Amino acid sequence: MELRKNYFADQRKDGLHEIGQPRPRLDSPGHVTGKTAYFADRNFPGMLHLKMVRSPHHHARIRSIDTSEAEKHPGVVKILTAKDVPHNVYTILILIQIGPEDETVLADGKVRWKGEAVVAVLAETERAAQEAAAKVKVDYEVLPAVFDMEEALKPGAPLVNEYHGQNYYLYDSGECRKVRFGDVEAGFAEADHILEQSYQSSPIEHAPTETTGCVVMPEGNDRFTCYTNTQAMFFTLDNASIILQMPGSKLHFVGGTVGGGFGGKVDVIVEPIAILGAKLTGRPVSFIYSREEEMQISSPRAAEKVVIKDGVMKDGRIVARKVTGYTDAGAYSRHSPYGAQKGAAHYPGPYTIPNVWIDTYCVYTNRTPSSAMRGFGVTIGDFALEVQMDKLARLIGMDPLEFRFINAYRDGDMKAHRQPTEGAALIECMQEASRAANWPVAEKYMAMSSYKKGA
Amino acid sequence: MAIRRGRGVAAINYPTGMNLGGDPTQALVHSTPTGNFMVTLSSVDLGQGLKQIMAQICAETIGVPTDRVIIDTADTDTGPHCMGTFASRGTHRAGNAVIQAAKEARQVMLEVAAEELEVNASDLETDGEGNILVKGAPQKSISIFDVALSAHFKRGRSISGRGMFLIPRSYPEKETGAMKPSTCYAHACTVAEVEVDNETGEVTVLMVKNIFEIGRALNPKMVEQQLVGGSWMGISHALYETTEPYYPNRDHGGTDFNQYLMPGPGDLAQTEIIVLERPSADGPYGAKGPGEMCANPQIPAVANAVFDAIGVRIDTLPITPERILRALKAQAAN
Repeated sequence: MELRKNYFADQRKDGLHEIGQPRPRLDSPGHVTGKTAYFADRNFPGMLHLKMVRSPHHHARIRSIDTSEAEKHPGVVKILTAKDVPHNVYTILILIQIGPEDETVLADGKVRWKGEAVVAVLAETERAAQEAAAKVKVDYEVLPAVFDMEEALKPGAPLVNEYHGQNYYLYDSGECRKVRFGDVEAGFAEADHILEQSYQSSPIEHAPTETTGCVVMPEGNDRFTCYTNTQAMFFTLDNASIILQMPGSKLHFVGGTVGGGFGGKVDVIVEPIAILGAKLTGRPVSFIYSREEEMQISSPRAAEKVVIKDGVMKDGRIVARKVTGYTDAGAYSRHSPYGAQKGAAHYPGPYTIPNVWIDTYCVYTNRTPSSAMRGFGVTIGDFALEVQMDKLARLIGMDPLEFRFINAYRDGDMKAHRQPTEGAALIECMQEASRAANWPVAEKYMAMSSYKKGA
Repeated sequence: MAIRRGRGVAAINYPTGMNLGGDPTQALVHSTPTGNFMVTLSSVDLGQGLKQIMAQICAETIGVPTDRVIIDTADTDTGPHCMGTFASRGTHRAGNAVIQAAKEARQVMLEVAAEELEVNASDLETDGEGNILVKGAPQKSISIFDVALSAHFKRGRSISGRGMFLIPRSYPEKETGAMKPSTCYAHACTVAEVEVDNETGEVTVLMVKNIFEIGRALNPKMVEQQLVGGSWMGISHALYETTEPYYPNRDHGGTDFNQYLMPGPGDLAQTEIIVLERPSADGPYGAKGPGEMCANPQIPAVANAVFDAIGVRIDTLPITPERILRALKAQAAN
């Protein structure tokens, strides 16, 4: 790695004592010698292991649940179903007033994705819990499922989630989050070329070294200590408090040393049910995802579809950009309405375009709920935007890097969401890329600056 | 059949912190009797090194070496509130909270030192090595060790501080989408070079050159580890990974690392990182959040390089050999 100090030197105070110094990490020796303690290093006498009975169907009504055989399995201590969860229907973003509550801790009457948790089994060993889970009998009536976002949005599509009433998230702005800036149709009318293209991504997994989990200890003082690898301590505690209808003062969360998150550990999934198990049995409880659960049960990055229509002039100026984004939330909201909205704020990318129209939809389908992942709301949008930029440059016979200089935002430029640009540095990054990659551009682009003209 | 070589570029920006703000983080700082400093937080270290960075930020602000600072984090009984470690917010939000707390503690420390040295607190400065000196008369000084002892046992002062950082929440205007999604943005430009085997459809990323503008590299070695890791993740995202290989078909989802493809060490490109620093107005010592941004530009850069190599577009992620061969077949048929 190289630091190029020649850029923005006038805005920076160098020569500090600790900041800017490549100090060795104080936690590295522990990490590389195996001495760092993670949540799963807590092992308490009498600890129970929790395993989930999961839906084998993408969409089904639950006719009945029979746990009688499982209860007789050696080592089984407690079996939990929906009726045991004090506030079973929840949504995590209710803490920042983004509802409705649309997800069950344990399925109640219906499952909406393959892998959904239906029954929790607590046993003396992991093996006993797994074997007993296999003995739980659930009678399902399979329902039609929908997997494709376009199909889901059509009239008459199977309804994925009754708490929404339609297969998309209803924002205060309607069926999508909107950004309207300038007159996009006038921009298209004026353009020399119009290019409309569609981009698609697939769900991906966070693949942390350490899978999602927690260990809960019921303390002598009627409190519960939850050792967890959540990315968000109070967010998880407060949601657990709602789900369990338990005052927050009864909950004590300990964490902060995590083997990789990437957004995969900000859903509140394992902690509430493990605390409930500890409360109802009076014993410590461990609930740790297997690698298979981490890959197919824990939320992936949402699949997205992005349709971009651009109007561009022969001289390289983009005069109109219309983006329609679709985020596949799967069966429940989790963080996806937030992600789709973040996309609306991000488009049309780091470019100054006078006429912009953005619609971003959060769509429900019968798949594993998607949620937060490194860059969600932006990453797939950037893939689409930057491939589109390459296509536009080639369409008008211009170098792809020079084409970006022409449209790059600079300090003071008004963005589509009506905030003036501050602290821009796209131009300087591209100038350095031109040098480092030996990708020459015309001298006028190398002379550009992100600073406001005249400043 | 041949190996085709191509090159692609992408340029991006990325917002720091929770979209639309409203994401507070708080910090508490206090000194021990011998002049070490405890920073109490509930922020989570995911492995990226949050604890180390908070220690360096606190040390810089108080004016002591980093090894005099101890981070106690993520116990909800003791740590003040933090919204969480996500949205590229850890360094920016928690760092600002730590600065505010550390400034308050530093002020008390200087006041105690001023009493001991019989000067005004405003005439004092720290040397960054554990001493407090009179400006312009550095021979008149006191160690922070002695200041802490004095505060605890003689002066009855608590060398401590409270810090909090909150970007007020913005609500998007319904019809126009007018909103304030973020306060500062990191930037990147990536150039990727690939080879594509047009017989097998296999893509080899030969080289990626990443230019990242991140506000301020608070610890350059840690910045490097995060940016290199992110760059690898971006390549993996572009070419390998998915839990649903035939999305929206729900079948064939991988359940372990034999089935869920990721690049191994031999599949990783030569990776070059260049960092630019345009300090952000509201970041701790100018820092922005590069955590998420650094894994994004490789994806379109690789996609554009694949097109440059073989002349067909793959607009669906991941860009698998199967998709490449199908696209080449369709191109040949036309």
